[in-house]
Amino acid sequence: MADTDPNKPAVPLLNVQIDGEWYQFPKGTRMIEACKQVGREVPHYCYHPKLTSPGNCRMCLVEMGMPPRPKPGEEAPLDAEGKPVIQWMPRPVIACANTVADNMGIRTDSNLTRLCREGVMEFLLINHPLDCPICDQAGECRLQEFSVEHGSGMSRFREEKVKKPKNVDIGPRIRLDDERCIMCSRCIRFCEEIVDDKVLGFTERGSHTTLAVHPGKRLENNYSLNTADICPVGALTSNDFRFQMRVWFLKETESINVDCGTGINVTIHSREGKVYRVTPRENNEVNSCWMPDSHRLSFHSIESPDRLTDPMVRVGATHRQARWKDAYAQIPEALSKLDASQIAIVASARMTNEELFSVKRLAGLLKVAALDVVPRMGESDGYLIAADRNPNTTGAQLVLGVQQPGSQLASIRAGVEAGSIKALLVFGEDLTEAAGWPEESLKKLKFLLAVHTHANPTAAAADVVLPSAAWAEKRGSMINVTGRLQRLSAAIPVPGQARDDWEILRDLTLGLTGSNGVHGVDDVFRLMAAAIPAFNGLSLQKIGNQGIALLETGVRIPLLERERERRAKGMING
Amino acid sequence: MATKLVERPKLNFFEKIYLSSILHGLALTFGHIVRLFRGKTKVVMQYPEEKWDSNLPEYYRGAPALVTDEHGRERCVACQLCEFICPPRAITITPEEIPNNDPWAKVEKRPKAFEIDMIRCIYCGMCEEVCPEQAIFLRKDYAITGESRAEMVHDKRKLYEIGGVRTGLVNKWNELK
Repeated sequence: MADTDPNKPAVPLLNVQIDGEWYQFPKGTRMIEACKQVGREVPHYCYHPKLTSPGNCRMCLVEMGMPPRPKPGEEAPLDAEGKPVIQWMPRPVIACANTVADNMGIRTDSNLTRLCREGVMEFLLINHPLDCPICDQAGECRLQEFSVEHGSGMSRFREEKVKKPKNVDIGPRIRLDDERCIMCSRCIRFCEEIVDDKVLGFTERGSHTTLAVHPGKRLENNYSLNTADICPVGALTSNDFRFQMRVWFLKETESINVDCGTGINVTIHSREGKVYRVTPRENNEVNSCWMPDSHRLSFHSIESPDRLTDPMVRVGATHRQARWKDAYAQIPEALSKLDASQIAIVASARMTNEELFSVKRLAGLLKVAALDVVPRMGESDGYLIAADRNPNTTGAQLVLGVQQPGSQLASIRAGVEAGSIKALLVFGEDLTEAAGWPEESLKKLKFLLAVHTHANPTAAAADVVLPSAAWAEKRGSMINVTGRLQRLSAAIPVPGQARDDWEILRDLTLGLTGSNGVHGVDDVFRLMAAAIPAFNGLSLQKIGNQGIALLETGVRIPLLERERERRAKGMING
Repeated sequence: MATKLVERPKLNFFEKIYLSSILHGLALTFGHIVRLFRGKTKVVMQYPEEKWDSNLPEYYRGAPALVTDEHGRERCVACQLCEFICPPRAITITPEEIPNNDPWAKVEKRPKAFEIDMIRCIYCGMCEEVCPEQAIFLRKDYAITGESRAEMVHDKRKLYEIGGVRTGLVNKWNELK
């Protein structure tokens, strides 16, 4: 709730009666939000907590009342409990666009409210097609849900339904079905208010009202797929997810996105070990309710044919599949012949804190000083995508102790090319692509270990290749650009013989230390919490699905700043 | 749960010696013997030379199959509700989009693959009951055999072959919605 923020100026609390019970809400709270906070959900279509309220769907009609105004010199009548007696208004009001007032009464379950909802549902369903068996929204459709909860169960409409365009191509990632649209205008408001791309609008009038894109334009901004998320019906659907899987089969796993430093909170939808879609998850400190399309569709690389599924060792010019035991055995054998100064480690800021901590331990055991991660800087898009395209740079700085990511990389490369560094351990990075190393310099190494998810030139040049887990296959924590500690959860199992990164790193250190009491990723976190003061008292469990503000980096997320402004102005309430 | 005590019936002397029951049973058996020798009762049906097929009731639940309608349209739109409801999880469907040049392009969706594992199928008829498109029906085929597990999986072609054309169904995808 908003009123827990200590920086917020004190807002007077108002007494409000909801379904016979008295509660207190800060002034300016929308009636619909007040009802939601006390667990009396009011059905709605057009209202969205992050968007302005046009009040055009009429689904959230509730009965409202105020105490009668007393005559001069008289007191307002009180009931037996000393609370004001409420006089109910004969006509309902919409809960989404009205704010609560002192001593207001709201009935979300009265006869009048029920009749209103049934009437609104009947009107909405008049022109709605019987598309549910082929509609991707079926199963998570508000129209279906409220039709069951509040509809009348039969249609009295005997005339012909209005025909509108179906299967309209309005953008590269979004498909429009105008017959299913209920004119809630959420998508229009999203494009206008959140992503400043006014391409959608209504044409025609009355029951012929049609959602359309502006002539000559397309809905192609990088946030367009959010319109499919907020569409309460199946009017806007994702081309990528179209007809792939029915939503009731999908298992939802709460995790975070790893394509940039923002660490956008996501829900991974998977079935039988395959990810079908990724949707944003609400977190008002990270991504509000949104995520960019580029990040959303990046999950396809998990299933790429390039995935490494078996450990490999070099035999002559090619690689041969090996057992894990044999692949592991080669590593200490090669490293024991070398001096610590001849070994270097390149880790990745795409690894979780637990993995980075294990890398740090391994480096400590090998006494390796040449240790760095590959920086990945781009430009912020001014919304959610951070300039830093590594999801865990802050974690690398804190856990690995790399103050300036990439500062040692040049000296490691020079060492490799000059021959002073003879062995290189690369975790989760392709040095040719990410750091721009030529393949020839990798060939100068005596020993190269590559731990990666996908086949790449670095792995091709490596002596030992170990297949690891992709982001949707592992549990762990990362720290985003603002310093928030967040948690990844495994949605699907790793492919083939691949193993989780923490497990690989544990086994590598096992060769050097013997048993180390690490049996799971939670054990790694426990060791890390004991070693690094910032993590003291924390566990993966305690991070929760909303994360914990761990550090203060001073970085702000532009979209959230604008959202806070709009909230301060009272334009939105959620 | 509430318990209900059942009282044992009180038997009189003749009932207690069971003689009357034994005699009654013997009389019944003797009657059967007489009817058998007179050729009135037929005890054994010579399956598979003889079959009960023509006497199967209307509601008989045999192998599930997909049907086409009188317009030659495959009724199934791959909504996957049967896959969801199927208790032994015998059904696997892979949906696809109907291409734009198809006369039934407005239906948008159809099964690319539709497989029923007849080793798993328990002939419960839930798929028929749940189908919103009247596309899957339990036919009277009951002798489903095969020489391998793979042969026992009915694919889309086989399912339409068993199902055939069914007329008189609701045509909700015709021009008049």
